[in-house]
Amino acid sequence: MSANDTPGLRLVEAGLGTSLQDLGRRFFQRFGISESGALDAPALRLANALLGNEPGTAALEITLSGPVIDIEAERVRLALVGADFPVTLNGQALRTGRSFEAQRGDRLVIGLARQGARAYLAVAGGFAAAPTLGSLSTHSRSRLGGLDGGYLKAGDRLALTPGAAGEGPQLALPALPAPEAAKLRVVLGPQDDFYTDEGIETFLSARYQVSPRADRMGYQFEGPAIAHAKGFNIVSDGIVNGSIQVPGNGQPIVLLADRQTTGGYPKIATVIEADLPILAQLRPGEGIGFTAVTADEAEEIVLEARAAQAAREAALVEVGAARRPPAIRALLSADLTAGLARV
Amino acid sequence: MRHNPPPREPTLDRPLELPRFLPAGTGALVVEFGAQVDESTSEAVLALDRAVTAAGIEGVIELVPTYRSLLVHFDPTVIRAAALRQTLETLVAHPEAAPREERLWTIPVCYGGACGEDLEAVAKLHKLDPQEVVAIHAASDFRVYMIGFAPGFAYLGGLDPRLHTSRRVEPRLRTPARSVSIGGAQSALNPPFELPSGWHLLGQTPVRLWDPRREGDATIGPSLLLPGDRVRLSPVEPGEYRDLCARADAGDPVAQLQILSRTAEETPA
Repeated sequence: MSANDTPGLRLVEAGLGTSLQDLGRRFFQRFGISESGALDAPALRLANALLGNEPGTAALEITLSGPVIDIEAERVRLALVGADFPVTLNGQALRTGRSFEAQRGDRLVIGLARQGARAYLAVAGGFAAAPTLGSLSTHSRSRLGGLDGGYLKAGDRLALTPGAAGEGPQLALPALPAPEAAKLRVVLGPQDDFYTDEGIETFLSARYQVSPRADRMGYQFEGPAIAHAKGFNIVSDGIVNGSIQVPGNGQPIVLLADRQTTGGYPKIATVIEADLPILAQLRPGEGIGFTAVTADEAEEIVLEARAAQAAREAALVEVGAARRPPAIRALLSADLTAGLARV
Repeated sequence: MRHNPPPREPTLDRPLELPRFLPAGTGALVVEFGAQVDESTSEAVLALDRAVTAAGIEGVIELVPTYRSLLVHFDPTVIRAAALRQTLETLVAHPEAAPREERLWTIPVCYGGACGEDLEAVAKLHKLDPQEVVAIHAASDFRVYMIGFAPGFAYLGGLDPRLHTSRRVEPRLRTPARSVSIGGAQSALNPPFELPSGWHLLGQTPVRLWDPRREGDATIGPSLLLPGDRVRLSPVEPGEYRDLCARADAGDPVAQLQILSRTAEETPA
């Protein structure tokens, strides 16, 4: 059987930053291995829930500009959840946030994000790829995971788990309230004592803009400089998802999934887990503020957010067994570029 | 200055201080034993690392030991921060007695020339001959303080004070795979891929500090070095370096390992 007879997805175009991600590579940070994983983990989990997959099944993380995909499988069920991307199957617009079915020869086109930055394209049964250190998550800087350790390229082919695409109900997410994104909640520390009171005040009152230097490793923000009290070097220690470090220029950097495991800049605060998905959907040029909550408050918020996520994953709505997407009005190409004006 | 630690205090006479517990957002706690680079701080971190590992606390996901703190990742739906902190405080006060295996590695290094483009400049800065820099560096009794920054990347303490060198003003965006470098009072051994660095490049090692093919190997894991390991460097000529690289790439560790002892826990009376 040749490679093309096994079920798979062929990337005709890869998009701006498409990579295979699951919920991250745990247990190896002590050896310098970055965690990686989906930046918007709840969106990945929902995409998997729509297909009956395990929550941590690896999917394609799509960034700002989506891929063009040829379906090379008899039947496959897919779901796209996250930022608002226009999607067409053979030219017919698809609604996102629900599972859909595709067949051999179909072409799936995911355009430019109209709002938000990242979405997750999951397939029923998952992709057939060998995990590295227990995870399929791609860490491009150390060439780990994914297909060959890097972002996906045009021509790449992702094999599907054979026989896993089969029957299943077509499910949709219930309408979700748009997340409030005026401020990201943070817990101060562990090195907030490296900043002056004025520096902390600036950090918590000013509005910061996402700079063009925003990727899976971290988001560099631009805004009023945050003053250090005793230099900006510490003896290196561990960094977590959401750690905010401020180098000598006073501009905060929020470190994300692909961050280094350790670092030598003092960390003023940490974005709480519940607000990381908001951050993951911010685009360069968009602004946001930071507001402090206590560690105890943050823990309560995160426990509530986890419970709400579990409830969402359990509250999927069956929308019938339509084998083919209904023909909705074809998207005009003008719609595909509408999102660009906001960048 | 971050790279000039205070004079080392005698390890055994130091009273056991309660570390600081600092929040790192939700789902992570930092147990900080100090703000300095010294052996007793590092040993306290590693003792807690072993104790938490041995205790198998439900809800603890993974531990990241660094120079002076232990980062504890946990799942707050399984264990709340307050309960975890209590458990950790108990473990700090009564560290487990399991000894740490004291390991000494001998690691070949090709110094200068194409392998270490900053050797001459470092020598000039310290008014030494390049050969003297090599001799001093290779004679240092290094200790691995931390694996971090990149897979298998080893931070070494114990650099001879004659070679303490401020970091470069302009960091390089790429430095060669396998680099051996110095920065401040430290030295570093790089894994076999290019990395950004502001440190001075003295040489290269054929040893693959990171090799995923060693996953599952009981003696040498994917990360060759572990915090607490001792390291001696052994200069090799460029020809031998190339041969050793070929052997290393074929799977031979090309580093020599000696098990020195199992150090008993240094518990103050």
